[in-house]
Amino acid sequence: MSTKTSAVTRRTVLAGIGAGAAAMAVAPKLAHADKAAADDSLAKLLGGVKPHDGKVKIKLPQIAENGNTVPFTVTVDSPMTEASYVKAIHVVAEGNPTPGVASFYFTPTGKAEVSMRMRLGKTQDVRAVALMSDGTAWQASQEVKVTIGGCGG
Amino acid sequence: MLTRRDFLQVAAATAVLTSQAPLARAAARQSITQDQLLAFKPVGQVTLLNFTDIHAQLKPLYFREPSVNVGVGEVKGLVPHLTGKDFLKKFGIKAGTPEAYAFTSEDFAALSRSYGRVGGLDRMATLVKAIRAQRPGNTLLIDCGDTWQGSYTSLMTKGEDMVDAMNLLGVDLMVPHWEFQYGEARVKELISKLKFPFLAQNVKDTEWEEDVFPHTATFERGGVKIAVIGQAFPYTPVANPRYMIPKWSFGIRDEEMQKKVDAARAAGAELIVVASHNGFDVDRKMAGRVKGIDVLLTGHTHDAIPQVVRVGDTLLVASGSHGKFLARLDVEVKNKKVTNYAFKLMPVFTDAIAADADMAAFIEKVRAPHKAVLEKTLARTESLLYRRGNVNGTFDDLICQALLDERDAQIALSPGFRWGASLPPGSDITAEDVYNQTAITYPNAYRSEMSGQMLKDILEDVADNLYNPDPYYQQGGDMVRVGGLGYRLDVAKPIGSRITDMTLLKSGEKVEASKPYTVAGWASVNEGTQGPPVWDVVMNWLEKKKTVNFGDSQAVKVVGA
Repeated sequence: MSTKTSAVTRRTVLAGIGAGAAAMAVAPKLAHADKAAADDSLAKLLGGVKPHDGKVKIKLPQIAENGNTVPFTVTVDSPMTEASYVKAIHVVAEGNPTPGVASFYFTPTGKAEVSMRMRLGKTQDVRAVALMSDGTAWQASQEVKVTIGGCGG
Repeated sequence: MLTRRDFLQVAAATAVLTSQAPLARAAARQSITQDQLLAFKPVGQVTLLNFTDIHAQLKPLYFREPSVNVGVGEVKGLVPHLTGKDFLKKFGIKAGTPEAYAFTSEDFAALSRSYGRVGGLDRMATLVKAIRAQRPGNTLLIDCGDTWQGSYTSLMTKGEDMVDAMNLLGVDLMVPHWEFQYGEARVKELISKLKFPFLAQNVKDTEWEEDVFPHTATFERGGVKIAVIGQAFPYTPVANPRYMIPKWSFGIRDEEMQKKVDAARAAGAELIVVASHNGFDVDRKMAGRVKGIDVLLTGHTHDAIPQVVRVGDTLLVASGSHGKFLARLDVEVKNKKVTNYAFKLMPVFTDAIAADADMAAFIEKVRAPHKAVLEKTLARTESLLYRRGNVNGTFDDLICQALLDERDAQIALSPGFRWGASLPPGSDITAEDVYNQTAITYPNAYRSEMSGQMLKDILEDVADNLYNPDPYYQQGGDMVRVGGLGYRLDVAKPIGSRITDMTLLKSGEKVEASKPYTVAGWASVNEGTQGPPVWDVVMNWLEKKKTVNFGDSQAVKVVGA
């Protein structure tokens, strides 16, 4: 992780994204958070496009040191040119009361990479989905353990 | 590893050992000699000496290897998940031999009377000096960590006794884990006293993600340029109190390990060594993902493996714990490749090795002011006391019983630490022995109320640290120990369904999810935990009991292995 992208938690989110990102924070309110709810939330964000596995890399700890602030970095394999670029990256935490963590929107310039921190309420899968300019969607996911602690190791 | 030939002469002696005749005991001990332990035909230009997880043990001790160490998923049935007779069979070791005593739990109590104690840093120093004299200019001595914690004197000196000891031993570099229990300021202070590097490529500050410690040290031995990269225990802020090191973030960070390996190679290193406190299964996975590591010296999980384990072109070494073993790996390096090697994991049989005078004098000096505490006898044990093993150990049963009685609780919890010496039947239990099981900087014995659900969640959580099929999710401890409680553990199941049949042992009633239970425990990683230090609880209890006897507990049923 470069110093620049990892700097996003220091109130320099937009500069850190470096790809002309325009907006973030989408959090549709959902009553029951589970995989189905997360799927539903993503389906709306992607306009019904089914994501394939690949192109997206999500960097997360296997075990969170502090569930209240879990760092993540999402990188998408894309030339980021007018002809082919990432339009948006959506990050969803399947086990949170509100699965939507963040959405990042891009213009065709720079690098499709974002870093941020999120809160994870419990052990769960975190998914990152990229919507491309050609209309396809790509995804990656990883389990993050949030341990109870209190017993030592 | 001792050769088979070395032990032929022992066979005769061991044959009569069961009679416990003093003559046979003497014969057994005399049959192991310092020269035999050191016997090694040098290979190549570089001799790597390695120990790990000494846990501040300056004096000789007994240490029983685990009888239960289950591997799941792709490592099922592989070393280090072989114990007892399976281990003996795998490595062609005969029961009753010094090797069987050193590497397994088979007949441990009986063999301990024949072969005696192991370790002692003055004995280790003798071996190190002898090998350095044989291979001057070729030898590198690497400590894979958990060095500053685990004894009364390390606790009293806040790790300084071990820093001085390792400086005296002439260690060339170390990596950390339990070292962090002294907190950020003290760790920095102790590092400034070290005469060698303290390496960790995977520790970053939480604010800027910058390296906290140096990651690589370079050496030249036998004309070979060596780069050693250090790896700290990746889950220190999860398994130990995060509040003591709030500004430091860990993790496995294997992609960055790859970058450091590549950078070291580009800078001209001919031999790349990683000194790691990941734990064996994590290291085995990392060796498959990070390309270009020639030698990976492992630690943390306390495994003693008498042969090198190969993953691709990487040689993995696991050199046990508590100063019980010294590993020697000789390598021949040609064109930046290891072309030949020889390996031996030497058990440090205390009685067979002459004490190094300088180290012995140092150890005496460290202990002198604490003699009254160290030597205070509290009780006597009629049974073998040990800790290592996945689900229970008799020393933990003792601690749990003390917690139940002294803190008037229904259930006791004791952490699944892998450190802590053993005591053979008939031993006195001294205050030093109690500290050897408990010497941590967050020892408060809490007493609180927990629901049955909370208790199950804790057991499930810890079980997943141990039995997650992906080694990168494993933290390397054993199961949290329980007192007053029995349960069934299915290691093959996923998190949430491994623990069933939780039962209060006293009444036989099932633990109910919604019901509250009084629980006593210690080593909480939460800041501000209230209660007396656990060693006081245990010592008070022992002094009342005078004599203890703990057989192997059947309270936890392990299935799915």
